[in-house]
Amino acid sequence: MTRAPVPDAVLTVRGLAAHVAGQQVVEHVDLEVAANGVTALLGRNGVGKTSTIKAVMGLIDRAGTIELDGQDIGTLPTHRVAQLGVGYVPEDREVFSALSVSENLRIAERRGHQHRYDLVYDLFPELRQRAGQAAGTLSGGQQQMVSLARALLNDNRVLLVDEPTKGLAPRLVHEVGRALARAAEVVPVLLVEQNLQVVRDLAHHAVVLTGGRSVHHGPAAEFLDDPDLTQRLLGVSTGSERAV
Amino acid sequence: MSTVILLAVTGVGLGAIYFLVACGLSLIYGLMGVLNFAHGVFLSLGAFLGLEVAQLLGASTWTGFAVSLLVGALAGAVFAAATERILVQRLYNRHIEQVLVTVGLGLAAVALFDGIWGTDPRFPRGPSWLGETTGVAGASIPNVVFIAIVSAAAVLASIVLFLKHTRYGMIIRAGVENRSMVTALGIDVRTAFTLVFTIGGAAAGIGGVLASHHFGYVSPMLGQTLLIFAFIVTVIGGLGSLIGAAVASVLVALLQQFANFYLWGTGDFAVVVLLALVLLTRPSGLMGRKA
Amino acid sequence: MTAMNTRGTEQVVQDKVAAMRHAARPPEGGPGASGLRSRLPGLVVPVGLVVLLACLPLLDLSLPGVLPGATYTPGTLHLLALAMVMAGAALSYHLLFGVAGLLSFGHALYFGLGAYGLGIVMEGLGLGLVPAAVLVLVVGLVMATLLGAVSLQVTGIPFAMVTLAFAQAGFVLVRKNPGKLTGGEEGLRLPTDYVPDWLVGVADTRNLYWVALAALVLAFAVVTWVQRSRAGHVAEAVRENELRVQVLGMRPFLVKLAIFVAASVIASGMGMVHLLLNSGAVPHTLSAEFTISLLLMVVLGGVGSRWGAVAGAFVYVVLSQRLAVLAQSSAIDDLPAVLRIPLSEPMFILGTIFILVVMFLPGGLAALGLRVRALFSRRAAAPPEDRSGTPGALVQEDDQQR
Ligand SMILES: Nc1ncnc2c1ncn2[C@@H]1O[C@H](COP(=O)(O)OP(=O)(O)OP(=O)(O)O)[C@@H](O)[C@H]1O
Ligand SMILES: [Mg+2]
Repeated sequence: MTRAPVPDAVLTVRGLAAHVAGQQVVEHVDLEVAANGVTALLGRNGVGKTSTIKAVMGLIDRAGTIELDGQDIGTLPTHRVAQLGVGYVPEDREVFSALSVSENLRIAERRGHQHRYDLVYDLFPELRQRAGQAAGTLSGGQQQMVSLARALLNDNRVLLVDEPTKGLAPRLVHEVGRALARAAEVVPVLLVEQNLQVVRDLAHHAVVLTGGRSVHHGPAAEFLDDPDLTQRLLGVSTGSERAV
Repeated sequence: MSTVILLAVTGVGLGAIYFLVACGLSLIYGLMGVLNFAHGVFLSLGAFLGLEVAQLLGASTWTGFAVSLLVGALAGAVFAAATERILVQRLYNRHIEQVLVTVGLGLAAVALFDGIWGTDPRFPRGPSWLGETTGVAGASIPNVVFIAIVSAAAVLASIVLFLKHTRYGMIIRAGVENRSMVTALGIDVRTAFTLVFTIGGAAAGIGGVLASHHFGYVSPMLGQTLLIFAFIVTVIGGLGSLIGAAVASVLVALLQQFANFYLWGTGDFAVVVLLALVLLTRPSGLMGRKA
Repeated sequence: MTAMNTRGTEQVVQDKVAAMRHAARPPEGGPGASGLRSRLPGLVVPVGLVVLLACLPLLDLSLPGVLPGATYTPGTLHLLALAMVMAGAALSYHLLFGVAGLLSFGHALYFGLGAYGLGIVMEGLGLGLVPAAVLVLVVGLVMATLLGAVSLQVTGIPFAMVTLAFAQAGFVLVRKNPGKLTGGEEGLRLPTDYVPDWLVGVADTRNLYWVALAALVLAFAVVTWVQRSRAGHVAEAVRENELRVQVLGMRPFLVKLAIFVAASVIASGMGMVHLLLNSGAVPHTLSAEFTISLLLMVVLGGVGSRWGAVAGAFVYVVLSQRLAVLAQSSAIDDLPAVLRIPLSEPMFILGTIFILVVMFLPGGLAALGLRVRALFSRRAAAPPEDRSGTPGALVQEDDQQR
């Protein structure tokens, strides 16, 4: 197991285990999210990436240590975790389809925070034009923008972003990548991403899971440049990453 | 023709009372996934306390009637809020246990009302106008029916306005759709839980006072009897859908009235058959979301 | 257990089902007689209990405060017989709720069908007790299959509501007294002409008591058999994770329907005994409150436990009888109203106990029993015993509780 020390991590996870429907879906995950930039969480389908993020949010039963800025958040209920500054962009966007776009943003406003509507509308001008539209009628890409915008609106300590480019056309993948890069300037991001080009462009560090365990930690570029490692852990030989 | 009008208008009146029970049930189920078996006792408590207060203030005065509605709403709301805070909330996310606790509360409360008010029905009196009828296209409609319809419409309108235009309303709408995402945005949904119980309890309390005038009696079992129809209404309308509950209330009550009159008193069966048909063709109800 | 890609879902379910089947089986005779030894106490206690219960009408035992009189008196026998009938019904409800996880609020429909059906068939068709009973069971089976197939279109809470609605239709029907068949609110009287003489009249409470006991033992055996059958195991797997079972290619619907029908037929059988025991049937036996009382017994005894269901029924029946007596007593009459009113309402007290059990004693009486036993065995420093098959067969079942 390779281990590169992460200087002043904002989020530290040690020995995380998690259960869904009486089944263990995360066995032992250690990871750190650096205080700057994007940390990637990688692995094949079904290895427990989404479950790890949900466990950090307290959305599923979990055990182990989770620290945000040194504060233990591993036993807090979900809403407390969020209030302490963990923003969450779930795998399937999970916008409130019956609510309008502007309501989806307003419900995300947390008390005692600056709400960064300027940043949000700057990144996604479409959301301003479609403020009154029901979020359920938006296209997949637009829904992803709403989901990202909900997390960017508040002054968070860290963002957990789960496969933001899933199912998007190449142009939108690029746009979401650009938005993430902008976001990462103001808040550290833990990013689950299958598109390795996006990972290469954005991430400094990478953590790789197999079978519910974290098995590799290190600089993202170094990992991606190692064809044997990527073949073994992701089932992809680097170079063909665009095809993923 | 006048019979049809009579049946139709009284049917809508009955539907109004079903709706007052069903709207709370549907909101509670939609947000929390809890089937509230104690909902009927909120109604009965509202009816009994409303009746007591009306007697105190003069049952035949309009003030007495208005205050009895207010007291009914208040009693239902307080009882419901206490139920949520003291019993339901401690079993957070354990839906079956939550249902069981409301079942126990329903039993205990009906027995307690038996002890306090007796098992025999009590007969409320209201302003004399309530007992009279008004002619509509040849049909003499009991005036209490109009009051029931207007009250239910007012309750529906206020709930819709509340849901559309307040932050908590927005949280409730979002929570019905995806509760865990609401918590992941840093919102403590438990406050919203108490709120839907309170709203539902208030509506049921109003329903209790109106039902006591509509049916002409109050008994400890009144609420639980209506509750069964309210359950059917919420399933037909689509669990969690307020508008579905409103539509289904009227539909069910109309069917019941007409079947009772034209099909030899088979109203209750017609309703159960409708339920079976809806389930077989649209398991999520008329306006429910596809699961 | 990992659920990762390395191990297919199918494998997981198969293991699970196999594990449960193994757990339900008494240990295969290992070296020496240890298999037999661990099986023996498992049989001794229930058989002893049945023998004791069977002898009660011949004995002069008193349990003041619990039973209304000595065990040979008709009053006490009637109360115990009623408890046994309810225990049989509670067992059938256990099959639905405890095994298959189906929360039904309409189970009373089938109990009432048994009670009313038997009376109506005997009177209307002039059939003797046994052929009439067989016919009613067949009717119950057909009805449960049809209504079950409709109700099981939905699951969870909607299922509860739909079963409630069907039972309510039956409740309304018997109260309407169609064709003067059901006797309306008054209820139906047992047509004694068609019942053997030894089952009629107060003097023969003993015989009815033995019939009730036999019915309970039969119900217990059938429920145990269903639970240990393939359908029972799959139903438990479905309760835990329907999706996984579906992946395996099994049809959860059919399994649930089979359990639903079995439970309904058992309930109909107990309803028939209820008719004989009470010399009649009343609409209450089809009401939602009746189903709720079954639910109460099962939860009180401990969800998932057969012995718990039986114990819960006995506690419920005896307690409600004693509380009703207490309500009439002068000791209560003299209390101030704040205490008198709640204490004179048996259902208030039972409802409150129920709430307390749900909130603070998950696992009910069965869990309580286990805790006491654990205390004793620790004191005796006994090695951990093999628990399968003992009266605490509830142990292994309780382990599988959600
Ligand atoms: N509700 C559930 N019931 C049963 N198993 C589940 C459930 N949710 C997740 N799992 C299992 O947990 C494991 C991890 O799932 P998870 O969603 O965390 O994987 P992932 O790494 O995010 O995969 P992907 O790349 O496809 O999004 C999978 O094997 C999945 O089947
Ligand atoms: Mg995932």
